[in-house]
Amino acid sequence: MNALPGPLNDNPRLDLWVSFAETGKVVVNTGRVELGQGVLTAMAQIASDELDVDMASVMVRSGVTDNMPNEGYTAGSQSIQMGGQAMAQACADVRALFLEQAAKAIGCNANELTVRGGKFLRNGALSGQDYWTLNGAVDLAVNATGRGQRKAIGERAHIGRNDARTDLPGKLFGEPVFIHDMRLAGMKHARVVRQPNKDATIGAIDEAAIRRAAKGDIAFVRSGDFLAIVGDDEPAVERAGAAAVNHVTWTNVEMPTPLQQEANWLVQRPVIDCLLGSPEPSDAQGRERFEATYSRGYLAHASISPSCGLAEYRDGHLTVWTHCQGVFPLRGALARMLKLDAKAITVHHVQGSGCYGHNGADDATADAAVIAMQMPGTPIRIRWRREEEFVHEPKSPAMLVKVRALLDADGKPSDWTAEIWSGNHNGRPGGGNALLAGYALPDQEPFPQANDVPEAAGGGATRNADPLYDIADKRIIHHMVTETPVRVSALRGLGAMPNVFALECAIDELAGRAGVDPVAYRLSITSDPRARAVIEKVAVMSNWQANASGGAGRGRGIAFSRYKNRAAYAAIIVDLEVDEEIRLHRIWCATDGGLIVNPDGAINQLEGGVIQSASWVLKEQVRLDGGTASFDWETYPVLKFSEVPMIDIVLINPTNSDVPLGVGEATAGPTAAAIGNAVSHALGIRLRDLPLTRERIMAALLQE
Amino acid sequence: MAKTFDFTVNGKPITVTLDNEETPLLDVLRNELGLMGTRFGCGLEQCGCCMALIDGQPEKCCAKPVWSAAGKSITTVEGLGTPALPHPLQQAFLDEQAGQCGYCLSGILISAKALLAKNPSPTRAEIALALDGNICRCGSHNRILRAVEKAAAVMRGIHP
Repeated sequence: MNALPGPLNDNPRLDLWVSFAETGKVVVNTGRVELGQGVLTAMAQIASDELDVDMASVMVRSGVTDNMPNEGYTAGSQSIQMGGQAMAQACADVRALFLEQAAKAIGCNANELTVRGGKFLRNGALSGQDYWTLNGAVDLAVNATGRGQRKAIGERAHIGRNDARTDLPGKLFGEPVFIHDMRLAGMKHARVVRQPNKDATIGAIDEAAIRRAAKGDIAFVRSGDFLAIVGDDEPAVERAGAAAVNHVTWTNVEMPTPLQQEANWLVQRPVIDCLLGSPEPSDAQGRERFEATYSRGYLAHASISPSCGLAEYRDGHLTVWTHCQGVFPLRGALARMLKLDAKAITVHHVQGSGCYGHNGADDATADAAVIAMQMPGTPIRIRWRREEEFVHEPKSPAMLVKVRALLDADGKPSDWTAEIWSGNHNGRPGGGNALLAGYALPDQEPFPQANDVPEAAGGGATRNADPLYDIADKRIIHHMVTETPVRVSALRGLGAMPNVFALECAIDELAGRAGVDPVAYRLSITSDPRARAVIEKVAVMSNWQANASGGAGRGRGIAFSRYKNRAAYAAIIVDLEVDEEIRLHRIWCATDGGLIVNPDGAINQLEGGVIQSASWVLKEQVRLDGGTASFDWETYPVLKFSEVPMIDIVLINPTNSDVPLGVGEATAGPTAAAIGNAVSHALGIRLRDLPLTRERIMAALLQE
Repeated sequence: MAKTFDFTVNGKPITVTLDNEETPLLDVLRNELGLMGTRFGCGLEQCGCCMALIDGQPEKCCAKPVWSAAGKSITTVEGLGTPALPHPLQQAFLDEQAGQCGYCLSGILISAKALLAKNPSPTRAEIALALDGNICRCGSHNRILRAVEKAAAVMRGIHP
């Protein structure tokens, strides 16, 4: 008997996962939601193989708080690693129960039976029994046991195959697949007059001016410092929402300054300290010392669509529709905020645009719910304005990372310290944190103190700060900054990107000191064979020339990490050109993600991570200047089509494994560091602060 | 004060009556005509999610007042093709699995259609430049570029 995968252990009843109510159809329930990563297709592939049913007969239900496994958040590259394994074992257990029942019904031994297309075959011949004939006789209201035999390598028909995404056609034919496209009978549109910061209180409201700007009928809904505009005509509500910014005064408004947008502002702030590993030695014992400081500013998720949410309160029951990453945690947060019993709330996931973490989705849903509670029987739809999403979505915290290493006689690190200053990476409502509306509503319970993701869950600011290399003594000194100038939370990879940037740039600097080629240097301190394999593979893919001289504005850099030190391995090489700005020419990536359910889907995610990280590194930082000064695509530019390089991605042994490792966030860190290393190779100078903007490059060149 | 506007949408004559002639065309498509394929992204004509062809030109509709489109012919993504009869661009995007969240794809298909009408054999760099007015945040750029190249080749084959 196998230990049950975590989500199956948490939700062991098999009827939560699989049902055969409709003849010829299998409904499987996953607690993971579709965020554009193709997870529902992958779940159908898994269910199809583990149940031996046709993929076309599998219907995947997802993201609702009724009759659904509670898998928390769809996050952390864990949907296949955890959720997929749970789905697979649930299906295997169900198949085993049906095989036992089929054997009884047929009067044979279960080992004489096989399943094909949902039909039970006895010694290869149709037995007349299938999942649906047996459905009444098999009780799935039982707990999983882990006794169901999973499909072995070579027995899989769909796992490991590039099945086409089931969600993509609707998106290409303009179908109303997004939450933004939902329209409910009698629905009203709404916009919130957003509280500028959590302690701000409403002063005066010039309702007449807002009504004039609306040029249509609107009404106001208010609760404490929560103020919203509601009406039937969306353009009128939109105009009113935009105008209201200038016609409502607030007191206790915070005015963050440009100084606060920089990572070095974090040092000397109030912190909660934590040491992971052995204390740092005070005596270098004759070893050479290396020290360098790396940083990154605040990032926005910058989802392509502003957040949207719908809510209806009718007959004492609140129903909401959301594009957030976790319907159960949101239900709990709504119950706390609205003082409702969680049983009186149903949360449905509907697709939105890519979120890459905790964006405004939960908050927009909460806005709609607050308004709906005041207007029983009227469905409310809220869609944030573009500016609102940029300004009020939680940001990925700025981070400052000091690396200190002691080097042995060969110039290899024998002692490693990563000292980190960062806000917390988990402001999600599931942790008891506020939904944005909660800061404005009266009579709210106090919100908990900021708390980062624990190490056991992969860490937040500390994620990937621990080098996978062979280093005798290592530690992380974590200073969690408790108050940040902007609200902070989870963005793709959490601290992995700044930490891998720091660590892998430092490794390159050490290779340079030792006079050893960066690829050879990494291999000389790497024992893990899978880590070696991706580094060696990407070097071959890119035709890496050892000790190639850079300079003259052309450079090449490598970086490696294993995401969370326990998910996918990824090595990246970047070719680029720098004069005043960086032009990416080509990027190669070798990844070992263990078992890959859908290789094309995995490559799409890995490549998306490369491009998003390149955008972060080249362009992105949230500006603060009397408020959040990054409020649209001109003040927060991202990488454009013409700036995206060619990218080659190779998966190592994608089907020759039973254990998926989680790939969705694996490339973000090493891409950032490989770009940093290539820039250094091209210019002969080291830039340690992200983003690598034209201003920073020019300043560094002038200093030379 | 209601005003009436006539235009052609995806080949069909349409008349809408509105109180406010400044209503953005995007709202008319989505809220009056129920054509949800043209998406709202920013309302600032920056991201390209809301693109439609107006008299053959790719235009951002989110801030374009409805009066400015009166009398014109509008093609939205719904007018390109159907699952049964996809436009070569839609088929190529399916073949290349070109997209992740898909929110930007309607606008990108419209931009690409306009490009191929002007330039049936664009280079990859020309395609990229033509799509610079469309933001893709998921990082599906290279797939999208491949899909447009593929569609261009197919369309050259169909209409030599």
